Amino acid sequence: MPIDLYAEDIIMYYEHPHNKGAMKDASVSMHNENALCGDSITMRLKIKNRIVEDVKFEGDGCAISVASASMLTDFVKGKSLDEIERMNVKSVFKIIGFDPGPARLKCATLSLRTLKEAAFAYQHKAVDAETQTL
Amino acid sequence: MTARAFNVDRVRADFPILKTKMNGKPLVYLDNAATSQKPYSVIDAISNYYRTYNANIHRGIYKIAEEATVAYTDSKIKLEKFINANSMQEIVYTKNATDAINLVSLSWGGANVGRGDHILVSSMEHHSNLVPWMVLAKKKGAVLDYIALDKDNARLSTKSLDEQLEKRPKIVAVTHASNVLGTINDVKSITRKAHGAGAMVIVDGAQSAPHMKVDVRDIDCDFFAMSAHKMLGPMGIGALYAKKGILDSMEPLITGGDMIRSVTHNSYSWNDLPWKFEAGTSDVAGAVGFGAAIDYLNAVGMDKVRKHEKEITKYALKRMNETRNVRTFGLDMKGLEDKCGIIAFSLKGVHPHDVSQILDGEGIAIRAGQHCAMPLVTEILNENALSRISFYLYNKESEVDKVIDAIDMVKKKFRIE
Repeated sequence: MPIDLYAEDIIMYYEHPHNKGAMKDASVSMHNENALCGDSITMRLKIKNRIVEDVKFEGDGCAISVASASMLTDFVKGKSLDEIERMNVKSVFKIIGFDPGPARLKCATLSLRTLKEAAFAYQHKAVDAETQTL
Repeated sequence: MTARAFNVDRVRADFPILKTKMNGKPLVYLDNAATSQKPYSVIDAISNYYRTYNANIHRGIYKIAEEATVAYTDSKIKLEKFINANSMQEIVYTKNATDAINLVSLSWGGANVGRGDHILVSSMEHHSNLVPWMVLAKKKGAVLDYIALDKDNARLSTKSLDEQLEKRPKIVAVTHASNVLGTINDVKSITRKAHGAGAMVIVDGAQSAPHMKVDVRDIDCDFFAMSAHKMLGPMGIGALYAKKGILDSMEPLITGGDMIRSVTHNSYSWNDLPWKFEAGTSDVAGAVGFGAAIDYLNAVGMDKVRKHEKEITKYALKRMNETRNVRTFGLDMKGLEDKCGIIAFSLKGVHPHDVSQILDGEGIAIRAGQHCAMPLVTEILNENALSRISFYLYNKESEVDKVIDAIDMVKKKFRIE
């Protein structure tokens, strides 16, 4: 293992995830599954004037996926849809603080993919090519 | 290796990869249900073929082409004897077990399954022996039925089998050994009952042929599928055994060179078995390697392979069941006679990917996920994913100890008791 994927903060986020739970009156919700490992995630966003007022996720996944969903949802609160549309795999590395490597990349990016798909769906826009690679 | 007492260290010395390291730690390879490692004899046989007698088979009138043809045919004869088929005409080489099963579903199924017919599969199939039948059923308007598991979620229910057979399915598709539960199914008795109900039987032998003595004539199944790479051989070659009369009645899926006897501008006739099903240039190097793998297994003795794996599985079950918060799936110690060297497990509170990632750091290769058996894992066992260790003849009890130590490490990181 070149880097410690299981540093203290990752385990902390896994045990006590931020923004995990249900949301009533969501503006948009999106569900995704990683067929390879069985992870699943649902993202719910409350959007007002193109700004993410609140965001919650539910689902089941490994420590990397739960921790990155925690940190990502913290990060996007107050961000605009335009800002979310511009996010990519590098944004994920920046938010979680490391590049998890090819074997675990999907675990780390599933939440961003789901979030971006929700943002596109909310605007009735097609998902862009970059998001599809996440 | 000649026939003598089983010595795991001597076996290990034959496998170069077992001397390597992964992440700086000696490799502990416990993903044998996914693919097996290869002994020198297999690697050397393939290399020797390319270095000294590489030529296309069934064509050249020169020495090395003849040698290559003989080596290819010899490999089939070795497999014929290994599984006790009647003749090598009953052995069709394919890409792998999945390819073999698809040949049956597309060719035999395409011709013999129609609207409203029933197809019966077990609830513990790998996708390879499930999806081809789902696709066939959909295409033909046939009905796919399942043999349920017993309450223990480990064995197939004989009651369910009997009930489903009353629908008189056209074919029964069942795995010899489950790649998740490790359960060895009584395919002989299933075949007898299925034949009694007028059904054909296809057995997925991907997890059994590498690990135990297989006798297709004793089982009496109509089709049996295998992958060489799971039984010490190379990747890219597998085999379909089928009874000769059935193969005779089947149409080839792929046509072209080598599978044809004669072609005029207006007509063609198929070549003899098994070549009819092997269009184009075959994987001769793969067949040579497959043959060398069978030689190796024969030299050790399949009874000894099975005995060794049973012992290490027993030891692993004992150690894992002593480990708090570890839950194993499938048959337990009491069911050892019907369990192969596969143990699926969960560690409470930790996702299997995290378990296998941390084990990877310790040089231990295990599998995590749904093991290409999604309906079994998610709908029957009610797990999103499972970790799995799977043994082969070169694994040692000390490697099980390393797994247990690594699980303790995982627990520490995740602050679990």
